[in-house]
This record gives sequence, structure tokens and C-alpha cells, in this order.
Amino acid sequence: MVDVAFQQNRVQATKAVRKRNGLHKALKRKSTVAFLMTLPLILLIAVLVVYPAFYSLHLATLNKSMTKFVGLGNFEFLFKRDTFWLVVKQSCIFAISAVIFKALIGFIVAHFVHNVPANKQRRWRGMLLVPWVIPPAMSTLAWLWLFDPSYSAFNYTLSFFGIGPIPWTGDANWARFSVILVNVWYGAPFFMIMYLAALKSVPEQLYEAAAIDGANWWQRIWYVTLPMMRNIIAITTLFSLIVTFANFDIVRILTAGGPLDHTHIFATWAFRVGIEGSDIPLGASVSLFMVPILAVAAIFILRDISKRGNEA
Amino acid sequence: MSRKKLSRREFVAATALSSAALITAPYIRGAHAAGKLSIAFWDHWVPGANKASTELVNEWAEKEKVEVTIDYIPSQGNKNILTIAAEAQAKSGHDIFQMPTWWPHSNAELLEPVNDIMEPIIKENGAVNGTVTYLGQANGKWLGVPASVGSQIKGPCSRIDLMKKHAGIDVQEMYPAGSPPKADNWTFDTFLKAAEACHKAGVPFGIGLGETSDNVDTAGAIFQSFGAQLVDAKGNLTVKTDAVRQSLEFYKKLLAFLPPDVPSWDDASNNKWLVSGRGALIMNPPSAWAVAKRDAPQIAEQCWTHGFPAGPKGRFAPYLPFFWSIWSFSKNKEAAKSLLVRLSKPASIEKMVVASGGYDLPAYEKLTTLKVWQEEGPPKGTLYHYPNPHNHQTLSIAASPAPPKVAQQIYFQATLTKMCLRYFQGESMEKTLAWAEGECEGFMRS
Repeated sequence: MVDVAFQQNRVQATKAVRKRNGLHKALKRKSTVAFLMTLPLILLIAVLVVYPAFYSLHLATLNKSMTKFVGLGNFEFLFKRDTFWLVVKQSCIFAISAVIFKALIGFIVAHFVHNVPANKQRRWRGMLLVPWVIPPAMSTLAWLWLFDPSYSAFNYTLSFFGIGPIPWTGDANWARFSVILVNVWYGAPFFMIMYLAALKSVPEQLYEAAAIDGANWWQRIWYVTLPMMRNIIAITTLFSLIVTFANFDIVRILTAGGPLDHTHIFATWAFRVGIEGSDIPLGASVSLFMVPILAVAAIFILRDISKRGNEA
Repeated sequence: MSRKKLSRREFVAATALSSAALITAPYIRGAHAAGKLSIAFWDHWVPGANKASTELVNEWAEKEKVEVTIDYIPSQGNKNILTIAAEAQAKSGHDIFQMPTWWPHSNAELLEPVNDIMEPIIKENGAVNGTVTYLGQANGKWLGVPASVGSQIKGPCSRIDLMKKHAGIDVQEMYPAGSPPKADNWTFDTFLKAAEACHKAGVPFGIGLGETSDNVDTAGAIFQSFGAQLVDAKGNLTVKTDAVRQSLEFYKKLLAFLPPDVPSWDDASNNKWLVSGRGALIMNPPSAWAVAKRDAPQIAEQCWTHGFPAGPKGRFAPYLPFFWSIWSFSKNKEAAKSLLVRLSKPASIEKMVVASGGYDLPAYEKLTTLKVWQEEGPPKGTLYHYPNPHNHQTLSIAASPAPPKVAQQIYFQATLTKMCLRYFQGESMEKTLAWAEGECEGFMRS
């Protein structure tokens, strides 16, 4: 009996030692340490992103007074509304055209900065990043004053050349142009800095080899620079597409969706319907409609990146 | 040490005695014996106006031994309505929330009825106007106590000199300080002629046609003056009516005399229009005048706030009330009610109105003739007619009398101004009406 009890204690002690060793080993493992270090961020994302995402899914299945489950009823309702399809169209126009121009301007400016002598580059990089580091709500207020219907600084300047006044935010097409312009102004520096980093990582030997082969400027860009930057371009485009699709502040401050709803995008219309119109389930449904569009874009872009990664 | 065993009979008797003693004993109040109360007030744009509310609350709190916390939440950036939405979802937050126009109705199920305190308040202060009843009551249940703070009429504020010079209208004679209005001729025809004359003179009326509150409110009053409703009180669609057609025709004529950029105006545009001296009339509470008093005193001296022009179905002016509502999840409803009664005393209301420089409007019949409106200036008496002291116009809100939850959608989707703009920009009348009907059908979802 005593022996057995003694044996049991020994087994338990061995187990405890093994456990301690296991914990010690686990803590020594790099992946465990990495996990523990990222745990605060994971928790933060879970609380601030995952929970609201699932909550909005839940909200989107309720009726207006949030007392009844209606399944996909809100989406069914939205699909019958002309304004909703106008918002879908505008969100696509806004996001796609803004991302194209941001990428194009970012690419061109990155080349200019890349060619600036190294000792002056830091100054240029700093200056060109200014639009991106100012909080967009603040910089858009400055744009609002520039576009002000009655006191526009742009119109004042243009009047010296006999042009205008241009209804920057009063006419549907001009208003679309204005919100896209501000978004491009704000987002192009991000593309610039990403492309600049990518440009710096392109081995100089490739350009030298291309030069020996007699490649001209365009051929160097097309056959060397662009293939080497493809992954960065794809990831930056995807990231920017997501952020631009979900934009709120620029449109809200500049036009609030007007005139005649012609600048509404998903987020601003969701706010109008959900918060101002007190129809939170419908507002949640509008904002959730972005998810499938962005998911499709993400799948295509990320699949392309991983394919190239495997090839490499 | 001997221990006596307590019989069941003795235990019951002892419990009953101690309960009776607790109930009948004198109630000694500690510093905050009546608990805590948290309040969310609208953050007033007039400097110093919040101070009056704070003082009144603190006086009450000291007397009632309640620990109060006050948050002043601004409406800029919709911070107040975002907080309302968040508290309604969380079912937790302040005890009292000062809600604007439509929000008591949209949160009706989550608000404590205040009928018990509204009855004595109305008895003391006089009846409330129809818009307050429309927005503040659901199925006979009062959803909040009308707050004077922030409540406003958005009537015309005219330039005395420009109206006299270009339109031949003496607004001071039409709306004399201290006397009832002599405004029988102040009709939509006169208004349109004046708009044309001022437009020709290069000082057009500044009436916006954007999607924000000021724009929608003016359109609402004009539609109501024609008897036009998009949805009636019973929830029937009434878009395709002659009254709506007449309203659109009127707006089309009026728009020709307004600045070309009015479709993109927001709530600040009309204020800037008046203060910069570029226009002869705007539709606004006296905030634009107050800013002019500070920044452009020569313009403020020429401003006169008065009544709306009359249409074929009457004279309507936009009125936007605030309400102090108590959440049903409040933990100190009795204290909240006691405070609201205190804030609704005539002396309290007058104190708050004075602190706002006459901007705030009480909803009650007996409180439209306070001294502050007679004395504010320059020019003296400029605010005399602002609170509608002679009941000269019907106070209303755009999209009423549609059921409030439908009207709120019409209001915030700016259906009225969008209709006017579509028709003005060349869309056919029937197409505009069909579009509006489709929109309103969508707003009726439950």
C-alpha cells in the first residue's frame, strides 16, 4: 500500500517535471514566443475587428426595429433599390479610378525620387509623404474650403484666366472628380513610398545587363522594373483598393454624398441609412456588401502573388 | 457562555420588528444619498450657454443630494446621434440624453414614458406646439420633456436695408418689434418678386438646396404651405398630388433667382452668405446674426428675424425641437424626472434662453414672450418675432405629418430638395414624382 502510494507520488513528480520541461521547451520555441508577443495585437483585433464584423453580420439579418430575424431580407430589399445600385456603381468608379491614378502617380514620382541624388532624397521623401501623414479629416476640410461653393480659392484663381466658376461640389460629375482628386492626393504618397522601396531592391546588375543588351528606357521599365515590382504593385493595389472602397471621411466631408446622391459610396450611404435614418440593420447590410466585392479582388490578386511565389 | 436557541416564532417576530423600525426610522441623507445621475446634454455653440445648464443641474443636485455627471456632446460630426445609437445598442450609458428631433421616436421602445411629469409641466408653462407633440409623443406616451436648449425656428433673417432698397419691403414695418405682425401681404408671390428683385440687384436670397438640415427645413415649410405631403399621417403615399406639383413649380421659379451653387450648400453656407453681405435674406435661426454681431457688426445691425411668407394653405415655419429623454435602462429614473421638472420651471427656462442670447426656444405657449427677445440687438427687437410670439405661423418640421419613422427617412435622405433639384435640372414632373414615390415606398419598410 505504502509502496503503491510512493510509486504514485513518483509518477506525479515525474509528470510535473516533464510538464515543466515541456513548458520550458514551448517557451523556448520561437513560434511560441512570437505568438505570445503578438497575442495583445490578436486580442485587440479580435475585440475591435472580429467581434464588430460578426455583430454587423448579425445586425444585417434583423428587421428595421431589430426585433425579428429576416435572414437575407435586407439584401433582397436593397437589390430592388435604384439608389443602392447607384452607390455600387459609384463605389466602383471611385475606388478603381482613384487606385489607378494613385498607382500611376506613385510610380512616376517614385522614379523621380529614385533618381534624386541620395543626400537629397530624404528631404523629398519627407515632403512627398506630407499628404499621407496628415489626418484625412483635417486635410479634407482644407480641400472643402478650396472647393467651397461660394468662396472657392480655385475658382478665384481660375477667374483671372477667365475660367469658371466651376461647381466643384455642386455638379454630379465635378463632385465625383473632386472626391477622387482628394483621394488620389491623399493616397498617392503611400504608393510612392512602397514603389520607391521596391525600386531600391531591384538589383543594379539587371539594369546593367539590360543596358549591355541595348535596352532603351521603356524596355528597362517594361522588362526589368515592372516584373521585379509585380508583387509589391499587386499587394499595394489590393490594400489600397480595400481602403478606398471603405473610404468615408473624404466623401462625407466634401459632399456628404450629394448632389443627388451622385458621390455616395458604401460607407457614406451606410451612415446615412443606418445612423441618420435610424435603420441600423439596413446600414449594416450596405456596408457588408463591400465584403464579397473585396473578397473576389483579394482572391485574384493573392492567388496571382502565390502562383508567382511558387514559380520562383 | 450560554446560548439561547431562537424559536421560529421569535425569529419571525424579530424580523418584522426590525423591518418596521427600518421603514419608520427618519431617513438621514448622506452627501449623495439619492444616488448618481449621468446626463448627456447637447453642447451649445453659444459660448457660456452650457454654464447655465450646469449651474441649474448643480443647484438641483445639491438640494437633492444626487451625484451628477454632465457630458456636453456636440452635434458637429453627428457625435450626439452616434452616441445615441451606441447607447441604444449597448443598453447602457447616460440616464438622461438630450435627443434632437427624430431620435425620441426612433428609440421609443427604449425610453421611459414621462407623462407623469409632462402633465404638470404643461399645466404650468402652457401647451406645446403641434411639432413637439408630433415628435415627442408615441401612442400617447411622452418620450421626453421638450428641451428649450437647442430648439429653434429657422425663419427668414432679412437685411433691412437691402430688402427696402431692392424689393421695396420694410421688414421692420411688416414685423414691428413689440407688436403683432402686419404681414398679410407677405405671401409666396411677394416673396418670389422680392427674390427676383434682389437677384437682379446682385444680392440674391441665400436658400440652399443641398441635403443638410437647413436646406431640407426650408423646403419642408414651403411644401407644407402648399399643403404638399409625400406621405400622409396614416402612412399613405401622397406624392402624385397637385399640391406637390405646385410646390415643385414654385421651387423651379425660386431657384432661378438663387445663387447657382445652392445645390451644394450645407448648413454653414447660408450663414456665410449673410455674414459676408452677399445676400438679402436667409432662412436660419439667429446664429448667423450672432456671428455677424461679432465679425461684421455693420451687417448685424441690418438683420431682422421674422416670419415665413404664407402659401395657399397657410404660413408654416420650420421648428426643430430637442428633448430630454430618460433611457429605460436608467438606474435612477426618479432622480432624472425630478431634474427634468426642475429644468422645465419657467425661471430655469428663462435662465437658459438668456444664456443662449435668445437662440433657444421653449416649446411652451406661455414662454414665447421673454424679455430677452425684446431686448436683444442691434437693432433692438431684431429677435422679437423669432419665437413666434403672436402665434402668427404654424411651427412644423419637414416631412410631417408622415409617421415619424418614415418622415425621418424622407428628412435625412433629403427627398424634398432632391425632387426640387431634379425638376429644376430638367427632369420631367412625372419622372420626378415617380422617383420620389419609389423612394418613399422604400422608406416605409418596417
